[in-house]
This record gives sequence, C-alpha cells and structure tokens, in this order.
Amino acid sequence: MKARQKRIALILGGLAVLGIAAALVLNALNSNIAFYVSPTDVAAGKAPQGKAFRIGGMVKEGSLKREADGVTMSFIVTDTEKDLPVSYKGILPDLFQEGKGVVAQGKLADGRFIASEVLAKHDENYMPPEAAKAVGDAHERAAANKAKAEAAQGGAAAASAAPTATQPASQPATQPAAKPAY
Amino acid sequence: MNNRLINWFKYASPQSFYPLAGKMIPWFVALATVFGAAGLWLGLAVAPTDFQQGEGYRIIFIHVPASWMSMFIYLVMAFWAALGLAYNTRLSGMMAQALAPTGALMAFLSLWTGALWGKPMWGTWWVWDARLTSELILLFLYIGFIALQAAIDDPRRADKAGAVLALVGSVNIPIIYFSVKWWNTLHQGASVSLNKAPAMASIMLWGMLLLALSFWMYSIAVALYRARTIMLERERGTEWVKEVLQREGAK
Repeated sequence: MKARQKRIALILGGLAVLGIAAALVLNALNSNIAFYVSPTDVAAGKAPQGKAFRIGGMVKEGSLKREADGVTMSFIVTDTEKDLPVSYKGILPDLFQEGKGVVAQGKLADGRFIASEVLAKHDENYMPPEAAKAVGDAHERAAANKAKAEAAQGGAAAASAAPTATQPASQPATQPAAKPAY
Repeated sequence: MNNRLINWFKYASPQSFYPLAGKMIPWFVALATVFGAAGLWLGLAVAPTDFQQGEGYRIIFIHVPASWMSMFIYLVMAFWAALGLAYNTRLSGMMAQALAPTGALMAFLSLWTGALWGKPMWGTWWVWDARLTSELILLFLYIGFIALQAAIDDPRRADKAGAVLALVGSVNIPIIYFSVKWWNTLHQGASVSLNKAPAMASIMLWGMLLLALSFWMYSIAVALYRARTIMLERERGTEWVKEVLQREGAK
C-alpha cells in the first residue's frame, strides 16, 4: 500500500513539475509562438526590422483597391486602433473580404507592408446566409439607433456647454460617427 | 471488498475482461453506425450552407470530431498509463497500447482534413501556427508511443516506458486546446466550448455532435477489439487463453 501511494504521489508530482516547466517555457517563447503581430505592434516598433514577418487584423472597409499596374492590390489592415497599408501582387484567397480577418507575410518598406503571401483568417461563426443577413441588419439598426441617440445627446450637451465652452464647438459633434463598427 | 455491489477489480484481469469486451463490441459498432448515419445525413443533407464559407465548411463534420477524439483519446491513454504505473495492473498497459493507433488515426484525420479545408478557405495547406503545430506534435507523440512500445520486447517494461512517454506528452493537450486563445493563430477560435453559447446554427451543431458521438463509439469499439487481440497475444501461455482458443476453434 505504501509503495503504491508513493508511486501515485510521484506521478502527480512529476506531472505538476512538467506542467510548470512547460508553462515557463511557453511563457518565455510567447512572442515567437504568436503567428502574427498587429498594426499596433508595428506602430510601436515591435515588428522585426528588415526581416519578413506576418501581420494580422481586419481589412478596413472601403480600403481595397487595385493599383494602376492592374496586378497589385492595396488595402489597409487595421486592429481598429492603428492602420497599416499593405501592397500585394498576386491572387487573393476567396474568403478575403473587407471587414474580415487577414494575415499577410512580408516586409516593411517606408511604412508600407509589402506582402509576399496573403491568407484569409475567418472567424468561428457558422450560420446560414439568411441568419447572417438578419444578424447584420440588426447590427446596422442598433448602430444607427446608437449613433442617433449619441448625436441627440451630443447635440444637447454641445448646446448646453456652448456658452461656457473654451474649446472649438465642432469637436464633440464629429466624434460619434468617427469610430467604425467593428 | 467482496461486499460491494459490483467488484470492479474483477474486470481488471484480462481473463474476465476478455468476454465482457467481446459482448460490448457489437453494441458500440451499432451505435457508431446509427449516430454516424444520422450525423452525416444532418450534416450533408439537412444543414444549410454557411454564410461565408459556402459548402466548403461541411468538412467540419469530420474535422472537429476527429480533432476532439485525437485529444480525448490521448487523455484516456495517459489515464490508463498512470493507472498502470501506480497499480501495476496488466490490463492498463494493454488498454493504452490498444488506444494509441486509433488516436494516431484521429490526429492524422484532423491534420489531413484541416489541410484540405485550409487550402480553399485560408489559401494555404499548412502554416506553422500554434494550433497546427501542437496537433502535429500530438501525432508524433502517438507514433512515438507506438514505436517505443514496439521496440521493447518485454511487454511489462514496454508498458512502463510507454506510460512515462504518454504522461509526459499529456502536457501537450491543454496547449492544443488553448493555443487559439493564448496566442495569435491563423486557426480560428473554438465554435463550441463549455463556457459560452455555441457560435453555430443549431442544425449544424447537431450534425457535428452526432458525428462526434459516432467517433466516440467507433473508437471504443476498435480499442476494445484491439485490446482483445493484445490480451490473447500477451497471455498466450495461460490456461484461459487456451480455453478461449479451443472454444473459438470449435465454432
């Protein structure tokens, strides 16, 4: 009985030590395990200089353009805080869309990311198209209502604040509409 | 110990587990077939197309059950391994050995269907992100376990060596599962988890869950079948095996 308990303790202890060791190693390797960096990381200078790396984020709505040469695509990758313009010469994957996830590999050149490979990153939601449309419509309605409410409130606040305001009055009015729905 | 309602330790001996396993196998095969047929019907015929991936998403009905099984079978294998190390029971090692090939098959299926899915959706067969890489390590752990056990002639020593490898490798399971949460990966997050509502239309979810059940039943049936063969092989010198073989031969 004694020997058996000892063995069980040894197994559990061994697993615990192993778990801690793995946690420490993974923690130390954290930045190397990440598959991509965000535009915020790039802006903060955390991206490797002069070396290929991957960036990931959303394709900004309305940013996808074909360049004059006819084969280069340009778009903006955003994490809603910072934007990074990307150029890519090649065929984009089917799921590549504005407002959807993207991961691109390449190098930085004068603040522009020159991609050699672009991958689409889709989310974990699965639903029929009708449901997706219903969700999208509801989302839009909610956003419109919110913008309306904010505009009304902002207008009221601006009106009441106007006599004492020392800053230009135009500032609060433009604020609500500026942030895109993510 | 004998005044318990069921003496579980009775089934820890291959001699009494062999006929029990034999009786259970047809049931699990039947359940696997029923759940599998229902799941495939729901998944391929009834479930609607996806709003962004179209028909291509349907590979999820094989990919996710196979991935779940590959991780779960490893945990069961590690459990048997720990039991074998702690209690020195003969059956534990046999069960671990019986589970390994099915686990390896599931890990391979998961990687293979994942590659087939990744090409049209992501635009690549393979990337070295945390989820894909840790699942590949799982496949290598299974293969390593099988190879290590096969390399040692004495089955008891083979069990012990395999058990240590299985236990050490179990660290990888939470890494696979949480990789999409802990790090930036190309692989998307979990659609189904215990602490949030599933991010799937319910008919799709049902198809997937039925196929997952089917994979469970299949894995149990195949592991029991393999365990029976291992029992006969390892205990071939004993009286009960001779009796079994005589009985089977007479049929």
